[in-house]
Amino acid sequence: MLWCPDWPITAAIREHSLEVHAALALVDGGEVFACSPAARENGVRRGLRLREAQARCTGLIVLPYDPFLDIRSFEPVTTAVETIMPGVQVLRPGLCAIRIKGPSRYYGSEENAASVVLQTLAAIGLTDVRVGIADGPFAAEQAAKATEATEALEDPQAEPLCIIPPGGSPWFLSTLPLDVFEQPRLAVLLKRLGIRSLGDFAALGAADVRNRFGAEGALAHRQSSGLDHFSVVDRTPPLQLEVTAHFEPPLVRIDQLAFAFRRTAEGFVAGLRRAGLVCTAVQVALHTESGEVSERLWQHPRWFDADDVVDRVRWQLQGTNAADHGLTSGITRVQVVPGLVEDLGDHADGLWGTGPDESIHHGLARVQSMLGHGAVLTAVIAGGRLLADRRVYIPWGDSPAAQDKTQPWPGRLPGPVPATVFAVPVPAVVVDARGNPVAVDPRGLVSADPAFFTVGAAIDQRWPVHSWAGPWPINERWWDPGGRMLNRFQLVDSSGSAWLLLLENQEWFSEASYD
Amino acid sequence: MTPSAAGALGRKGPPDPGLSGSSALQPDVSSLPDLQFRINQMQSSRLDSRRLPTVPALAKILPGGGLQSGGSYAVRNSATLAMALLAGPSATGAWCSVVGLPEFSVEAAEEFGINLERLILVPDPGAQWLTVTAALVDVVSVVLTRSPAHLAPSDTARLKSRLRQRGAVLITQGTWQQCDSTLSIAESAWEGLGAGTGHLRTRRMKITATNPAGRLRHTYVGLTDLQRSPWQASGAGAAGERSPTPHDGGALFQPALKKSS
Repeated sequence: MLWCPDWPITAAIREHSLEVHAALALVDGGEVFACSPAARENGVRRGLRLREAQARCTGLIVLPYDPFLDIRSFEPVTTAVETIMPGVQVLRPGLCAIRIKGPSRYYGSEENAASVVLQTLAAIGLTDVRVGIADGPFAAEQAAKATEATEALEDPQAEPLCIIPPGGSPWFLSTLPLDVFEQPRLAVLLKRLGIRSLGDFAALGAADVRNRFGAEGALAHRQSSGLDHFSVVDRTPPLQLEVTAHFEPPLVRIDQLAFAFRRTAEGFVAGLRRAGLVCTAVQVALHTESGEVSERLWQHPRWFDADDVVDRVRWQLQGTNAADHGLTSGITRVQVVPGLVEDLGDHADGLWGTGPDESIHHGLARVQSMLGHGAVLTAVIAGGRLLADRRVYIPWGDSPAAQDKTQPWPGRLPGPVPATVFAVPVPAVVVDARGNPVAVDPRGLVSADPAFFTVGAAIDQRWPVHSWAGPWPINERWWDPGGRMLNRFQLVDSSGSAWLLLLENQEWFSEASYD
Repeated sequence: MTPSAAGALGRKGPPDPGLSGSSALQPDVSSLPDLQFRINQMQSSRLDSRRLPTVPALAKILPGGGLQSGGSYAVRNSATLAMALLAGPSATGAWCSVVGLPEFSVEAAEEFGINLERLILVPDPGAQWLTVTAALVDVVSVVLTRSPAHLAPSDTARLKSRLRQRGAVLITQGTWQQCDSTLSIAESAWEGLGAGTGHLRTRRMKITATNPAGRLRHTYVGLTDLQRSPWQASGAGAAGERSPTPHDGGALFQPALKKSS
C-alpha cells in the first residue's frame, strides 16, 4: 500500500507552484477541507470555518478545493509506479494498492521493492510517501499510516516503510483504536459497549456482529480481524487521447499555426475514433514563448472533427470572445485535451442521415469559419429593465447560461415590445412648443409637454408629437457609482409610428422603435 | 397574373381606379425587351411552387396566397411586418435566419411566435454579406436581411436562382430588385397613449402589398392579427376579412389615423 499524506495539499502546491512549507488550506463550502502541516501547527483543523482558520493562522493561503485536480495530479504518480511494477489499484487520490508478491520476488525482497518505489517517486519530486506492507489492504493502509510514528523514533535515514510479517496483521491491528474505521457512530457505540480497540472488536463472534451491527459492522469486523479481501484489482491504463503539438521556432501567425496544427488535430480525432469515442467538448491550451497560457473549454453542438478543432484553436487566438487571450509572444505549444467524450454509437448517423439539423450545423459552421465563432448567434431572453439588456446572444454551439426570466423587473416596459431595439441608442432631440429642450427634474416632473422630436441623422427635421407618455423613471443600481438614472418616454408622431425614448443626464436617446 | 389572383384583386381592389394597377395589362407594348420583362413578371418563380405557412392576415394580400418557396419579398418601412412574415414558417418548425440586422428585437420576435431556438442571428456579416446570405439560403428556410447598398445585378440573379433551387424565402428590409411583392405599412394608428398618460396598447395598420407589375392590394389588420399563428382558423381573422370600403376606414380609430410619409 502506497500512501501520500495530505494529497489535496500536495496537489495544490504542485499545481499553483507554492512553497512546500507554506501554510495552506483548501476550502470546500466555507469550511476547511484539508490543510498543510504548517497550518496544522497553528491550530487549523479539518472542518473549521474559514474565518476561524484565518484568525488562528494569519498567513494562511486559502484556495478552493478541486477534487478533479487531485485525480488529475495523481495520474503521473500512478504512471510512474506502473513503469516499475504492474497492477496498481488507485483507491483514492493519494492512496493506491499494489500486489507485492510479484515485485518482491523480482526485486529480491519486500524492502527492496518498497525502496525502489520510493526512489522512483522521489525522482518525480515526491518525497513524502509512506509504504505499508501487510496481508490485506486495510492492514496495509494502517501500516502505512503508522510509519509516521516509527519514523520519528528511529534515525532520519530510515525509509518511511512499515512491513507487517505474513499472518501478523491481526496482531498489528489489535492495538489500534476504533477511530481508524472513520465511522463515528459505530466507534461511539462500541466504546459504550466497553470495546476500546480493534483487537477487542475482532474477538467478538462474526455472526453476532453481523446480527447486531449489520453489513457495515460485519465489514468492519472482518477488517479488524485482518481478514478483509486480499485482491487488488489492476487498473487498466487509460488511453492517451490528449495531443500536444510543439513548435520550434515559435509561431506568430495564426494561419501558420492552423496549418501546422492540422495534422495533430487529425491525429487527435483519429485517436478518438479508434477508441470508439467522439468528443463533444475540448480544452485547448496555448503556451507561449514567454510562459503565458491561454486555456478555454470549447463545446460543440454535435461532435468535433479535425476542422472544428483547428477552428477552435484559431478562434481562441483571434480572441473573438470577451475573454481575450492577450498573448504577447509566439506560440510554442498547443495542447488539446478532450473535455467530454461520448460513445460513438450514441452519435452515429441514422441510416438515412439525421435530417435537416445536420445540414444546418454544417452550413452554420461554414459561416462561423468565415466570420468567427462569435458572429453566428442564437438568442435567449434574459431579465433586465432596458430592452437591449433583455436579449442575450449565445454563439452557435455554446450552451446557454441558465437564466431566470420569471423574476420581476420593476421598470420594465408595459404593452407590446418594439420590433426594433437599437444596439447602440440613437441620439434624439425633444423640444417643447417654444423650442426649448424638454427636461425632467429630480422629482420626476417634466419641464414642459414635448411638442416636436427628431431621432437619428434627420436632426434638422422636426416631427410633431401626436401623443406621449412618461416619464417612467428607471433607477438602475443606485448603490453603484456605475448605476444609471434614466427616464423613459413613449412618443407617437403624426404619421402614427411610435418611438421609445430615454432621457439620461439631459440627453435624449432613442432606445427602440415600434416600426 | 393567375386568374384566381386577378379575381381576388377584383374583389379586393380599392374603388379608386388609379391604384388598381390595370395599366400593366394595357396592350400597347412597343418593344421586345418590354415584352420579355412582362413575361418575366407573369411567370411564377417555379412551376410547382410550394407555399410556406404564412400568417393569415398577410397571406391574403401576398401573391399566390402566401409566401412562395423560392420567392423574395421586400418590406419597406417596418420591422414588425418582417417579423410577421418570419413568424408563420417559424411557428411550424422551419429554421429562420436574420442577417445584418443588429437591431432585430428577439423579445418581440418571441411575441410573434418565432421559435428562438431555430432562429440564427448574424448581426454583422461585414463585407461578406452575399457569401453569408448565400450560405444561409442553403440551409435555412427563411432569411431576413437588410438589402445591401450596392449589389451587382448578376449577384442578385445568382442569389435568386439559388433561392429557387433551395426553395428558401428571402425577405429584405428595404428595396429589392424583382421581388415577388413589396409590403409596407401605409397607415398606422396606436391606441392607449394620451397627452402624458397611458401606454401603447394596440395598433391598427393598413398594409399594402405591391407586386412587380405595380398592382396594389391592401388590408387592415391589428397587431394581434399579425401575431396569430398560421394554424389558427383563418375565419377568425375578422379584421383581415373586412373589405376596405370607406365605411370601414371609419372603423379604425379615426382621430388617430394619419397618412404615413
